[in-house]
Amino acid sequence: MDLDALIGCLGSSACVVTQTTSGLIIGMLLFLVAVGLTLIFGVLKIVNFSHGAFYMFGAYFALTGYQLTGSFIVALLFGAIGAAIIGLIFERVFISRVYGRDVLMQLLVCYAFVLIFDDSVKLIWGAEFKSMGMPAAFQVPPWFIAGGVVPPFYILLISVALVVAALLGIGLARSRLGKVIRAAAHNPDMVSALGINTAMIYGSVFALGCALAGLAGALAAPVRSMTPGMGFSVLIESFIVTVIGGMGSILGALIGALLIGLIRSFGSLGFPLFTDGLMYLFMVIVLVARPTGLFGKDVA
Amino acid sequence: MTKTGKPGINRRTTLALMGAGAFTVASPWVARAQAKTIKIGMPTILSGRVAQLGTSSRNAVMLEVEKVNAAGGLAGRQIEMVVRDSKGQPQEAARIARELVNTDGCELLIDGEASSGSFAVHEVARDIGVLCIHTCSEASSLTADPKQHIPNAFRCVRQGIHDSIAGGSYAANIAKAKGLKKWATCSPDYAYGRDTTAEFVTYLKHFAPDVEIISETWPKLFQPDYTETVTKILQAKPQALYSALWGGDLTSYIDQANIYAMFTQMEVFAVNMADYTALTVVKNLPKGIHSGNRYIKTYPATAENAAWGDAYKAKYKEYPTNWSWQNATAVMFLSEAAKKANSTDGKKLAEVLTGLTIKCPFGADGTVTMRGEDRTLVGYAIGWGTTIPNEPYVPEVKSGDWKQIFALEAEWKKSKGYT
Repeated sequence: MDLDALIGCLGSSACVVTQTTSGLIIGMLLFLVAVGLTLIFGVLKIVNFSHGAFYMFGAYFALTGYQLTGSFIVALLFGAIGAAIIGLIFERVFISRVYGRDVLMQLLVCYAFVLIFDDSVKLIWGAEFKSMGMPAAFQVPPWFIAGGVVPPFYILLISVALVVAALLGIGLARSRLGKVIRAAAHNPDMVSALGINTAMIYGSVFALGCALAGLAGALAAPVRSMTPGMGFSVLIESFIVTVIGGMGSILGALIGALLIGLIRSFGSLGFPLFTDGLMYLFMVIVLVARPTGLFGKDVA
Repeated sequence: MTKTGKPGINRRTTLALMGAGAFTVASPWVARAQAKTIKIGMPTILSGRVAQLGTSSRNAVMLEVEKVNAAGGLAGRQIEMVVRDSKGQPQEAARIARELVNTDGCELLIDGEASSGSFAVHEVARDIGVLCIHTCSEASSLTADPKQHIPNAFRCVRQGIHDSIAGGSYAANIAKAKGLKKWATCSPDYAYGRDTTAEFVTYLKHFAPDVEIISETWPKLFQPDYTETVTKILQAKPQALYSALWGGDLTSYIDQANIYAMFTQMEVFAVNMADYTALTVVKNLPKGIHSGNRYIKTYPATAENAAWGDAYKAKYKEYPTNWSWQNATAVMFLSEAAKKANSTDGKKLAEVLTGLTIKCPFGADGTVTMRGEDRTLVGYAIGWGTTIPNEPYVPEVKSGDWKQIFALEAEWKKSKGYT
């Protein structure tokens, strides 16, 4: 424990800016993965244990897109769309068969596909780790805001995640498709009886969730090395986020992810040997106080 | 009078046959010792995050085995390698090692496991007495601790303590020259990271007593995001940073630290940087990172080493790794020992291997020695230098002083109660 370092940081604007930005970066990437997870659970009632694999696919597709075109925008599109296509096929062919089945069956199917997806990546891209490298546009010195260090690439990353959060929130609340999705989450039989193709809705939501995870992987690709199985550690933290925020809540995923990011960022200063422990401790406190999570009632 | 008995074989013969059968099944390396080919078993890591190192170990062994077989084999017997994937799990490594000997009939073992698996394979070697050469574990205690000494096990690997002494000496010279007194460390939070960092700091302070460690960070092994550790180090404002991160973790760290311009704010010493696995993957490798040599074909700067690196690349379309040269050296030792013993018998080979010096492209002076007192490799090329973004990546390497390493290693062993 190094409380002096933490208190010293809180008294310095430069340190507060740097650590807050650091927390936002960690949180926003987590949000993109967790929001897909929570969206899929909210509508399909499926706990997608293979969700981390789509983060991995996103990173690898982005790498391929970047190698082919040299454009980071194309790389982002490759990552999101590639993960969405694989997600859609996965949902239609396999996941749709375990709707309404017990969670153990879902876990079994998802875990089997985690292994299959990891091996597929190994076959296609190789077992060795890979790095995309920072796009040329972002190979610039960091900005200094109130004395704190803020890399421009991370500003992009935070902005993209915020735009996605806003679009999702507004889209689900205001658009016709959003209303249909929310209705399907509450009462799929009634939605089906009204002549709406629920299978298409389910497939779309699953693909959207996977696209978000893929986008997170693509955004992380310039700064994180890629290996088969890279989605596992992200998945664990995403589950923590969704449990804290409340399964099925998009706002909960955003708040949960930001809290986890800030806990990691400031916790590494004050509790360097207990940063992970802080995360789990916070989850336990939230669950004891509100077993449904912070925003558990706000089903998408 | 004619002696009569029951038809078929009697009880005594049955017991004798069963005993012989059981012995044959339990000790196939004895039963098959006269076979024309000799099988050598190799548990290593062929899947998971360390698969690249395990694969490069197998590749290096196969490269050398082809040469030995082309030259007539091991004491006249062609080598057949039996390589199995342990997935990096110690219990699986031990099970495979036992199976390779007892079921597959392997007469020798090359243990291509990381440290955790090597200790498990070592116990198998202790139990069944097969000749075993460890080729990847850098944990010093594997051979320094007398409790681990068995006559049939050898270690053909660089050692953490050797790297720390050479690294500490090199870093202390830079620290004195540039006035680097405030240091930070960032190493993976498991035995290798903790031990290597502690040993490096010990010898850094030994050679430069003014050095002070003002910040330590211990990210998890395979952690995806290092942002909080990068910013924590930036807050501490050290003049120099030491890291024992390796492989994908090291490249991620460099990518993430790069965008904070960390490498312009402090001197960075990353012991595992100068290996092609990391050097060729980082797209924006900063200039001037200090690193220990792992494997690069330009150090030692000899035609033999360059030729070996090129031959490996020509065959496998990628550069060898630190694990590659160690595994290749193990086969070179076996080949030379078999010539001297004119035998493939494990006990005879072990006798010859103890204290054996061979010509080797990876030797500091063109030779390496299997030191007799602890059956471990010494005399290999060891040094530190600074990186540049393109080949040869580490243009100049300052060699470590083996006399100094031996002297301080002896003191270290005494301090640990090993001698």
